[in-house]
Amino acid sequence: MIFENFIEQFPTVFSALNTGFLQTLKLFLVTLAGAIPLGLIICFGSMSRFKPLSWLVNGIIWVVRGSPLMIQLLIIFYFPGLVLGNNIWGSGETGRFLAASVAFVFNYACYFSEIYRGGILGVPRGQTEAGQVLGLTKSQIFFKVTLLQMVKRIVPPMANEIITLVKDTSLARIIALQEIIWAGQAFMKGSQGISGEIWPLFFTAVYYLVFSGVLTILFKKLEKKLSYFN
Amino acid sequence: MSVLSVENLSKSFGSVKVLRDITFSLEKGEVLAIIGSSGGGKTTLLRCLNFLETADSGRISVNGECIFDGPVKGKRRDEEIRQARLHFGLVFQQFNLFPQYTVLKNVTLAPTLLGRGTPEEIQEEARRLIHRVGLSEKADFYPCQLSGGQQQRVAIARALALSPDILCFDEPTSALDPELTGEVLSVIRGLKSGDSTMVVVTHEMEFARSVADKVIFMADGIIEEMGSAEQVFGNPRSPLLKNFLSKA
Repeated sequence: MIFENFIEQFPTVFSALNTGFLQTLKLFLVTLAGAIPLGLIICFGSMSRFKPLSWLVNGIIWVVRGSPLMIQLLIIFYFPGLVLGNNIWGSGETGRFLAASVAFVFNYACYFSEIYRGGILGVPRGQTEAGQVLGLTKSQIFFKVTLLQMVKRIVPPMANEIITLVKDTSLARIIALQEIIWAGQAFMKGSQGISGEIWPLFFTAVYYLVFSGVLTILFKKLEKKLSYFN
Repeated sequence: MSVLSVENLSKSFGSVKVLRDITFSLEKGEVLAIIGSSGGGKTTLLRCLNFLETADSGRISVNGECIFDGPVKGKRRDEEIRQARLHFGLVFQQFNLFPQYTVLKNVTLAPTLLGRGTPEEIQEEARRLIHRVGLSEKADFYPCQLSGGQQQRVAIARALALSPDILCFDEPTSALDPELTGEVLSVIRGLKSGDSTMVVVTHEMEFARSVADKVIFMADGIIEEMGSAEQVFGNPRSPLLKNFLSKA
């Protein structure tokens, strides 16, 4: 009986979940594209020898890492409209996606920046000194000497964080972004002639599993690719 | 005119005076060995010459051109320091090769980034230097595939690639197993005949004695004794040096 329902409902649900997953994937990719470079800038700020800057940046990192991403999403989405009376995000799905992207990029950039910092500190001081005595400039030393060694060191913690991001995108549900959880939940309340069904919501987990599985394999490959030196 | 002349160089870390009024000079093609017990300031002196540390006061001149004249007013510009460094090469105790690059790329990296000739010229020169340190077959190997002695020979080729006026060695064999020190020392010995001016901080007394034109014995941040190898090893005057040599 239940199985018959499943067969009948599957095409409708599958297509709705795919649409939701596309939104999840978009948020994931935008977050990575923004947070990976922004994290580097935040990292340099937090390591700056100019103390006021490093204090400021470390303060921001503390606030962002120390409070729930869900609250950050709510504040970033609702604060301009409800408190300042100026909804800068615009209405509809586009506005929600924009607000969610800003919250995710900023939040993840702060986590990435700390991973980068660890990676930079993990490269032996002698590498920088070798670059210095060869007359290289600071940026040459960073890009040609330190960077790849740092990348090698940060692959495992970054993989961890990025797999967390896959699942964290579901938090955007709190501002009604129509990602995959939202899409699955819709069939409980009723959508496209299906209502009171919880299996679509449960089924969303399969998407996350497959996606994080693919990422795990990719990161293992990257790790292997960088294993030619130590 | 001396290739290198150091006058009254001093350096403190906090209240510890690591270098006190160090003064010496070196002629072209000469090899200077710096000996002494650990903590005597030998490595700090090399690091000051290479601007990895900034001396508190004193002068450093290369070929008559003053490249350091402390105490410094304000911060020296990065670019100025970078240019001054190019007079010196430094071979580290721990080699510090770039692990992600092959032997060849380690040697060509700096000349390429500094625009010292066409890629072909740089390659050719690098291969010549790698051959000179006896590692032609290893040009495409990565540092982790080499023994410590081989890595240190690559580090020497890397330093030579920029043809510095003065090549410095900071205890080049201290991190090596005893059976590997010989190959590195013979490469350094080979450079002497090639007219390189060198400053070698070393604990290898036999080597210092046979290769050095001039020997400095440092203790507690001062030059306790300085002279030719025969003088310093054959007829030491300072009691500290006599004591040091009897233990070495």
